[in-house]
Amino acid sequence: MEWIQQLVNGISLGSIYALIALGYTMVYGIIKLINFAHGEVFMIGAFVGFYAIRGLGLGLFPALLLAMLVCASLGVIIERIAYKRLRHATRIAALTTAIGVSLFIQYVTIYFRGAQPEGYPDVFPSANFKIFGVSISSQSIFILVVSILLMIMLQFIVHRTKIGKAMRAVSHDAEAAQLMGINVDNTISATFAIGSALAGAAGVIFGVYYGKIEPLMGIMPGLKAFIAAVLGGIGIIPGAMVGGLLLGVVETFVSAAGYSMWRDAVAFIILILILLFKPTGLFGKNMREKV
Amino acid sequence: MKNTKGFWGFLIFAFAFYGISQLLMVMNIIPYHYVNTMVFIAINIILAVSLHIVIGVTGQFSLGHAGFLAIGAYVSAIMTMKLQLPFFVALFVGGTIAALAGLVVGIPSLRLKGDYLAIATLGFGEIIRIMFLNIDYVGGAAGMQVSHLTTWTYAFVCLVITIVVIVNLTNSSHGRACISIREDEIAADAMGINTTYYKVAAFTLGSFFAGVAGGLYAHNFYIIQPGNFGFIKSIDILIFVVLGGLGSMSGAVIAAILLTVVSTFLQGYAETRMIIYSLVLIIVMLYRPQGLMGTSEITSWFKKKGGKSNDNRTTA
Repeated sequence: MEWIQQLVNGISLGSIYALIALGYTMVYGIIKLINFAHGEVFMIGAFVGFYAIRGLGLGLFPALLLAMLVCASLGVIIERIAYKRLRHATRIAALTTAIGVSLFIQYVTIYFRGAQPEGYPDVFPSANFKIFGVSISSQSIFILVVSILLMIMLQFIVHRTKIGKAMRAVSHDAEAAQLMGINVDNTISATFAIGSALAGAAGVIFGVYYGKIEPLMGIMPGLKAFIAAVLGGIGIIPGAMVGGLLLGVVETFVSAAGYSMWRDAVAFIILILILLFKPTGLFGKNMREKV
Repeated sequence: MKNTKGFWGFLIFAFAFYGISQLLMVMNIIPYHYVNTMVFIAINIILAVSLHIVIGVTGQFSLGHAGFLAIGAYVSAIMTMKLQLPFFVALFVGGTIAALAGLVVGIPSLRLKGDYLAIATLGFGEIIRIMFLNIDYVGGAAGMQVSHLTTWTYAFVCLVITIVVIVNLTNSSHGRACISIREDEIAADAMGINTTYYKVAAFTLGSFFAGVAGGLYAHNFYIIQPGNFGFIKSIDILIFVVLGGLGSMSGAVIAAILLTVVSTFLQGYAETRMIIYSLVLIIVMLYRPQGLMGTSEITSWFKKKGGKSNDNRTTA
């Protein structure tokens, strides 16, 4: 039964990755930019949740909502200030700016509150459920329920609403979408807002699950989530979910097998293998390069 | 003709500069901690130039340069500390092993382009770091003791060799092939340039000099740890190239000098330094995506470089 237990842990970790990966994949799908600052949005989400619970005395769900709201605005602000000018710039310029924004958010946070980690308040009743001899913590269930709900909401937004339709159109062909009367700028902002809100939610549930947050916590989960997005096929929403879950499970099993020091290396090896053998990801289709 | 003239001019200038600086050091006019800063500047210039050949000349966005720095550092440290070899042998072996690693990493990953290459090299850099973290022979996370062997002479000679090799390479037909890849890879391919060969060659050469810099870096401190060679270190090197100008070697050199001096002054304020770095990165990219110098410089290169170095000597 040991491995089922690990599977549950892996899925919990994986759903955090999946939530962050969704933001990467949506942004990449729409403006072809690796938003390096996305991991920092996740970190800010965790801190907003923390201060909302500690400072404002909010409950878990209001804090979650507040974190999502703050992160959504942060995502839009980042896009408006840093990325908008660079839509037609070279890839190197865009990527360098994204790295700059990521460093900026990290070190401004450290500047204002210091680099010391913070223990997350114990807001969620800790209990273990026994199901078929497997003990599952209430936190795992909470993570799973919240992420599934958010993913269903995202699917609904993307496939059933007007803004979702606009997002799909812009990601398919921004110029043609503009000719059809879609406001491309607003659509891109909406994409950033939704992706960042998901990262903010991931930050709060990360804090609840692991109980510790710090200003540099966004780097590794951010990179891992990016790997998850590439694994599933960057730009493809279901791909990000599957990639995230897969990566979380693989990582948990590597740790459980006693190689926890190599956990991060395994994620990068997966990334490199995917890039070398199937750069479009598991769900991607091959596209010919336009000259 | 003009090129050879510039070449000899540069060598004479370099040796004059070295002679004067050495004289000042012997006469104790330059205090010891300034010498250390100068060594550090030289190491950073080597790193900047070695990344410049990959990003600036060939246009391949690599985010894993700290990995090759780490290989050079650890291999040369093993050579001197465990095998008792002389320092210059250690530097050379460190560079060679880093070049081999660059070759191994380069052949598969340079089939990728743009963002994907950046992420793959980032991944390789992290894997190298995690490897050193897990090898007990080199001390794991606690790090490895290294004796202080890097002198101003070593640093300066390596610096001059690096600059001479890379300038000559950039001005050769191979260099022009690399530049054509930077400008338009598909067009270069169509013109019959073996793009993979040149990309891998540039990557390997860049790794070699990063490895040499790693050797100097390791023997400039008393301890090396895997944590010194993380993603942030790659970014530090990247900033030199990006700020100076993608495609301008003197730009990379000047940026390396300036930023090393700035970060020496801000040593006690690590957060402030990173905030300034990131702001500079964002603002330069937003308003001058080609970097401060762009690709322009080559004509008045030696004059500019001389002026800057002199300025630096008096301030540093």
